[in-house]
Amino acid sequence: MKMLDQLLWVIFPYTCLVVFIVGHLFRYRQDQFNWTAKSSEFIEKKQLKIGSMLFHLGIIPVIMGHVSGLGIPKSWMHALGVNDHMYHIGAIYIGGFFGAITLAGMLVLTFRRFTLKNVRRLSSGSDLAVNAILLFIVFMGMYATLVTNAVQPEFDYRASISIWFRGLFYLSPDASLMTDVPLSFKIHVLSGFAILGFWPFTRLVHVWSVPLNYVGRSYILYRRNKSK
Amino acid sequence: MKIKAQIAMVMNLDKCIGCHTCSVTCKTTWTNRKGAEYMWFNNVETKPGIGYPKRWEDQELYKGGWKLRKGKLELKSGNKLSKVALGKIFYNPDMPEMKDYYEPWTYNYEHLTNAGEQKHSPVARAHSVITGEKMDLEWGPNWEDDLAGAHVTGPLDPNIQKIEEEIKINFEKSFMIYLPRLCEHCLNPSCVASCPSGAMYKREEDGIVLVDQEACRGWRYCMTGCPYKKVYFNWQTNKAEKCTFCFPRIEAGLPTVCSETCTGRIRYLGVLLYDADKVQEAASTPDEKDLYQAQCDLFLDPHDPEIIAQARKDGLSQDWIEAAQNSPVYKLAIEHKLAFPLHPEYRTLPMVWYVPPLSPIMNYFEGKDSLNNPDAIFPAIEEMRTPVQYLANMLTAGDTTMVKESLQRMAMMRSYMRALSTGKEFDQNRLKRVGMTGQQMEEMYRLLAIAKYEDRFVIPTSHREQAMNPYKAQGSSGFGEMGDDCSGCGPAEAINLMTKSGKKAYEENFYGGIWRD
Repeated sequence: MKMLDQLLWVIFPYTCLVVFIVGHLFRYRQDQFNWTAKSSEFIEKKQLKIGSMLFHLGIIPVIMGHVSGLGIPKSWMHALGVNDHMYHIGAIYIGGFFGAITLAGMLVLTFRRFTLKNVRRLSSGSDLAVNAILLFIVFMGMYATLVTNAVQPEFDYRASISIWFRGLFYLSPDASLMTDVPLSFKIHVLSGFAILGFWPFTRLVHVWSVPLNYVGRSYILYRRNKSK
Repeated sequence: MKIKAQIAMVMNLDKCIGCHTCSVTCKTTWTNRKGAEYMWFNNVETKPGIGYPKRWEDQELYKGGWKLRKGKLELKSGNKLSKVALGKIFYNPDMPEMKDYYEPWTYNYEHLTNAGEQKHSPVARAHSVITGEKMDLEWGPNWEDDLAGAHVTGPLDPNIQKIEEEIKINFEKSFMIYLPRLCEHCLNPSCVASCPSGAMYKREEDGIVLVDQEACRGWRYCMTGCPYKKVYFNWQTNKAEKCTFCFPRIEAGLPTVCSETCTGRIRYLGVLLYDADKVQEAASTPDEKDLYQAQCDLFLDPHDPEIIAQARKDGLSQDWIEAAQNSPVYKLAIEHKLAFPLHPEYRTLPMVWYVPPLSPIMNYFEGKDSLNNPDAIFPAIEEMRTPVQYLANMLTAGDTTMVKESLQRMAMMRSYMRALSTGKEFDQNRLKRVGMTGQQMEEMYRLLAIAKYEDRFVIPTSHREQAMNPYKAQGSSGFGEMGDDCSGCGPAEAINLMTKSGKKAYEENFYGGIWRD
């Protein structure tokens, strides 16, 4: 069991993180041509409007929630004046709200991708896989937040998962912190790391191309032949 | 003042016969690939009609081009912040869909030979290239050819809808013109302005607008931004593609494929010099109807010594200035004022110009005393089968004066040349009424009617040698850069017969029947 814990909570996450970083560097240098948002709006627009808007507007606050829940130690939260009760209200109601939006969006997008023939025909295996995995991760996250938290109110992920998670970045992860975590959280965490490993080789790379510098740029761009 | 050069095109619609040779040769050159089947970098539309994609001229629907907001130029589809911050990046509400163009199809030709014995002859059915399923064809790239279905689609043409008096598209009053369309390579390109990735750009040297395929991230705002709907989304590579103005040919001083193969010889290519510092100001002209004149004012007289001096200072070479002086585009669009930009009201300052077509006169003017009656031409223009207002709605934001004058000059030219070649008297004062001289008329005639290859295409070669070391680059580009190596493309190596057999040396160097030096 000890070996398995090491494998799941130390070796596996680090492998995924390394693949995530090296994979991105590799792909950015080697494969600019295929680096795209890969939108299928051109083929189908109505369902995409609902699905894409819900998913994207949900996932951004959800990710910010994960960063604050996993990244900020409990004691810091206390110092900021956020007690456990307030935190849980926030995590469950606000997190649950945006989680529900994300899940709804993901359901629409997955339905669209798998059932509309023209969209499915234009989807690569990686597109279908990303879609299915994302739906699964979001579903498990919602299940853990709403069901597991209600069934096992004594479980506090900020005393286990968060500490283990931060340990990964201090290079001293403690796998034993994860042994008693409820299964739904375990699956959510593992599938979350798995998608980091796939990330650089899928359409998800478009996240890093959000054109923030467009706002400050001049409208018309000229290019000239590079001089020697 | 900052002088830049632009390769521009003029099309003489008076001579377009709608044969689609330009579209077909363009397609076989550029878009006969998977994902690009539906793209026609060049297409020929029959007008009136809704065109390709459907109703592309309706900017309330597609939000292409620019608008003025409190006197300032702004993209019609919304400013930069709204594109990034307001969720439009997740779903672009103004973007056309494939069905607005058409779903590409092919036929199961093999069925014609593979079909088993059956009562009826086998037929090849249309199959969607996207889904592979059988299709009932209800719309295609050229569905409205020669007014097909115009009684249905014609009234939906935005140029028709802008005409106040009712136009009946019935048999007696029907009219049609061909409108070949390609990327306008605008001076103020709204596609470039729309691209959040900075992948689209205008080339400093010749003004050609291109998409950097490596930098494009497929956000698709360019499709919305272009009011001519001439940036396309490749559904296979998920990147934007557009007309390249055949830049590899232009760089070599050759006309674009569409121009080269035009059977009616309607296309002209040449250099225009313009003041890059004034572009934005011209595009911001308050009244739409003044935009045509504002655009004309951007172009500089290539014969003016001051302009020539400034152009040299701004890095233009002598051969480009000479090309600008001989430019057929300058002559037709600026000197003779015969050609107009397509939809100047989009404020993109398009650089493909159109000479409006003359058309049969609706009533008794035709064939009567038009040669001897000096005044017949003027009312005749009003009586043309193609309403001047319709042409003006396409070419001058609805202002008929300039279009009429252009048509009058062309009608007068016919009259004059007819008199000249039949040895009849011609009152030179009539030419003054259209502001021309006999010599100008003959020049115009040579350019429009004789249309010699060297008169139509005055294209200076690009000066790549200033940007690269040609000696070093020798043999380094060619088929090898396109993926598979071509053993015969590089410079020949010295043959060492000590290490190579004569046969091997022969094989390596006698390539394709030609000795390499």
